[in-house]
Amino acid sequence: MSQPTAVRVESPSARAAHWRPLCSRRDLVANSGVVAWLDGEQVALFHLPDSETGEQVFAIANKDPKSGANVIGRGLLGQLKGDLVIASPLYKQHFRLADGGCLEYPEQRLKVWPVRLNGDAVEVGIE
Amino acid sequence: MNSIVTSIKSERLVIVGNGMVGHHCVEQLIERGVTGRCEVHLFGEERQRAYDRVHLSEYFGGRDADSLALCEADYYARHGVQAHLGVQVLQIDRARREVVTCEGRQPYDRLILATGSYPFVPPIAGAEGNSRLVYRTLDDLDAIRAAAQGARRGVVVGGGLLGLEAANALKSLGLEAHVVEFAPRLMPVQLDAEGGAALKARIEALGVGVHLSRATQEIVIGEEYAYRMNFQDGEFLETDLIVFSAGIRPQDALARAAGLELGARGGVAVDNDCRTSDPAIYAVGECAAWNGSVFGLVAPGYSMARTVAAQLAGEAHAPFTGADMSTKLKLLGVDVGSIGDAQGATPGSKSYRFIDEASASYRRLVVSPDGKTVIGAVLVGDNSYYDTLLQYAQNGIRLPAEPSGLILPVGEGAPALGADALPDTATICSCHNVSKGAVCCQVDAGVIDLGELKAATKAATGCGGCAALLKQVFEHELSARGVEVDKSLCEHFAHTRQALYGIVRVEGIRSFEELLARHGRGHVGCDICKPAVGSILASCWNQPITDPALIPLQDTNDTFMANMQKNGTYSIVPRIAGGEITPDKLIVLGEVAKKYDLYTKITGGQRIDLFGAQLHQLPDIWGELIAAGFETGHAYGKSLRTVKSCVGSTWCRYGVQDSVGMALFLENRYKGLRAPHKIKFAVSGCTRECAEAQSKDVGVIATDKGWNLYVAGNGGMRPRHAELLATDLDDETLVRYIDRFLMFYVRTADRLQRTSVWRESLEGGLDYLKEVIVADSLNLAAELEAQMQHVVDTYECEWANALKDEEKLKRFRTFVNDARPDPDIHFVKERGQRRPARASELHLIPVAEEVV
Repeated sequence: MSQPTAVRVESPSARAAHWRPLCSRRDLVANSGVVAWLDGEQVALFHLPDSETGEQVFAIANKDPKSGANVIGRGLLGQLKGDLVIASPLYKQHFRLADGGCLEYPEQRLKVWPVRLNGDAVEVGIE
Repeated sequence: MNSIVTSIKSERLVIVGNGMVGHHCVEQLIERGVTGRCEVHLFGEERQRAYDRVHLSEYFGGRDADSLALCEADYYARHGVQAHLGVQVLQIDRARREVVTCEGRQPYDRLILATGSYPFVPPIAGAEGNSRLVYRTLDDLDAIRAAAQGARRGVVVGGGLLGLEAANALKSLGLEAHVVEFAPRLMPVQLDAEGGAALKARIEALGVGVHLSRATQEIVIGEEYAYRMNFQDGEFLETDLIVFSAGIRPQDALARAAGLELGARGGVAVDNDCRTSDPAIYAVGECAAWNGSVFGLVAPGYSMARTVAAQLAGEAHAPFTGADMSTKLKLLGVDVGSIGDAQGATPGSKSYRFIDEASASYRRLVVSPDGKTVIGAVLVGDNSYYDTLLQYAQNGIRLPAEPSGLILPVGEGAPALGADALPDTATICSCHNVSKGAVCCQVDAGVIDLGELKAATKAATGCGGCAALLKQVFEHELSARGVEVDKSLCEHFAHTRQALYGIVRVEGIRSFEELLARHGRGHVGCDICKPAVGSILASCWNQPITDPALIPLQDTNDTFMANMQKNGTYSIVPRIAGGEITPDKLIVLGEVAKKYDLYTKITGGQRIDLFGAQLHQLPDIWGELIAAGFETGHAYGKSLRTVKSCVGSTWCRYGVQDSVGMALFLENRYKGLRAPHKIKFAVSGCTRECAEAQSKDVGVIATDKGWNLYVAGNGGMRPRHAELLATDLDDETLVRYIDRFLMFYVRTADRLQRTSVWRESLEGGLDYLKEVIVADSLNLAAELEAQMQHVVDTYECEWANALKDEEKLKRFRTFVNDARPDPDIHFVKERGQRRPARASELHLIPVAEEVV
């Protein structure tokens, strides 16, 4: 598979004080999630190589607020009423990838990070 | 009518009785705002809050008191009703307007009696203890259950509606059940002679003994069973327990003692307003006698409750003027329906009869002397005619030119009465008095969901008999308003699972993207359609689920081929086919569990479950298991789980076939088959059924001539007895039938539908299934078998496949950029093993792994 190393892919709200490389593009799994360690925080990374708006990567907190378990990265990716969402694998509630909001329980919200593909590197934005 | 105009503020209202009618009365008072203005006290003799007596026999089918309850536990309190449960009312002091209970006295301004009825037990010498059980309350059922311990046979005295229900209950407790009826036919009130005979034939075919025209003279100690019942003519029947269900008597003791007027045959006499001879006291339900009659059904009781509630609310109310005693029931799985003048007692009435002795079906249509309207009907064996006939009878709809068409077998042009033919006044739900007009109002108000409709109108929430008709009317009204009735899988596919399966096969589609592009909407799918399509693709083509194109479709359990537990760790279940394992392999399981500190538990399916593995440990653990000869057990998949077995003829003195050998063969044949839901098998080596095959999706029981095949059973949340599909099969035929059954299920079931629910949704029921599987009526058998053979031939252990591929193993990392385990997973020791720590225990755990 050829990879467009020169292209920089950024998430919609990708603005950050500085960019921190987390892992390589080869660590991502197409249309699914993996988890990276970021100074004590767990970041779930979802890769959509071929979405309607082109290639996209999202970074969202890995801890499921309902169960307290670190499982969001192992959830199922989907699209509901236009929003890209991740379904938690334990209790199946849905979180929007764009802003971390929960569709079923508005009080549950996951942290999201700006994220971009910079050549071979997956980078998240740090405040 | 006499609506009350004076204010009734601070009035004290007491309701005695918390059965179905007493509860409905409270519901009606709440709904009409009476509870806001009055102090309402509700007394119930039983400890439990009101429960569904209509479905009492399901108590032995796995439902508990809570699931049978008619309301939430806090319902009364939430609406300001003071419920005194488990408190018996001892006396009504009419002079002081107080009821006397063991708790003290409670004054009332108005009193509603809803004390119901009690079972009549004829005075028979020797009837006591386990030979004098009754069937009315949950406590009664507990007593029956206790009596059934160690019992082999049970007898019900009384072949009426409740008696047959009781016989069903005995049967579901595993007893050989018998019914003893005094009259010359079953259900003498509702059925005529031919109907009674058809019902008897059907019930006997189910293995229930039916003894008619028998009067029990005495009960003495038995020789082979605990008791012997001696009948009038020197005959006898032995049994271990006796349940009396010989009719009900109104519970009118309180009223009698208080000097209220009674009906000629008992019951508190009431007028059209349900008022007793004391104007401050009302009576509703089975304790009330209207015009001398007591109504032993729930619908008339509800209707009385509504009449009283409306009066107390000061609303205009419809007087109670008798009730329609039409009923539609499933007794021991046999459809029985009775409408209006079922016996044709009206002078000059004429009848049409349809008798099918081959399948013991009977239908009778009674028409008015002028031949223009339906005045009664009897149905045995098939209630699909009931709704139409009832509508004809209740609404005086003119009969078609050829009335016999209404009871002739469908498919011969029977003029079914469509939902559109019903007038708006037609009653859909007689328990809650919901008319077709009321349903239309809800649809006009924007209700497009059946659940919402039921919540708003309560229709189909009483006896549930009208559920099919309600759905039909609702969908018809929606269509009539241009609303498309939605049977879509999800927002991405406007197809049912069954339709998608057909498309995938016919068009040879091999990926989710292809299916979505051709037949779906959007670009991504969701957590409903992705696993459903993943399962269909696997059933059809059996590609390894670890394929990169299939991975994003799977739920986490399928993706990582293990079962995620509440703390995010996984459990591992290697296959132990038929529950047979060598000591060496057992030792390996113990060693692996010890090495990785896995909590170990024996499963219900004769396997061993190892809990607490983190994601990154799974490949290492499986590497060791596969090296020792294990393979995946698919405990994570919607697929074949286990084939449970007893030791069979190899060891057991009773066994007649090699059940372990057959279980091993079947498990190895069907392992890996992806299906709409999980599938469980069992094989028993003799009729003692130690492997509990009749609670499985596929159950095989040895006979001295071969194997009996049972299908579509279930344990779990909604237990269901499996049904006998074929008998005395040889090995080869058994396997062919199972191939066909499983593939037909895979092909036609809905997403996440177990075989039991699927079977119940099959039009034509078991007979249809037999035609397809055994008689090959759809000419499909060869194709189904070939598809199964493809799945069998392409089987590969998914874990062995994954371990060979470095790319696939990359997914099994807790963190892609760090080797540490998840630091938030904590365990504590309990009974010598570790288990997930509870939140309250977390502060006790030393942080041992603060890694650099």
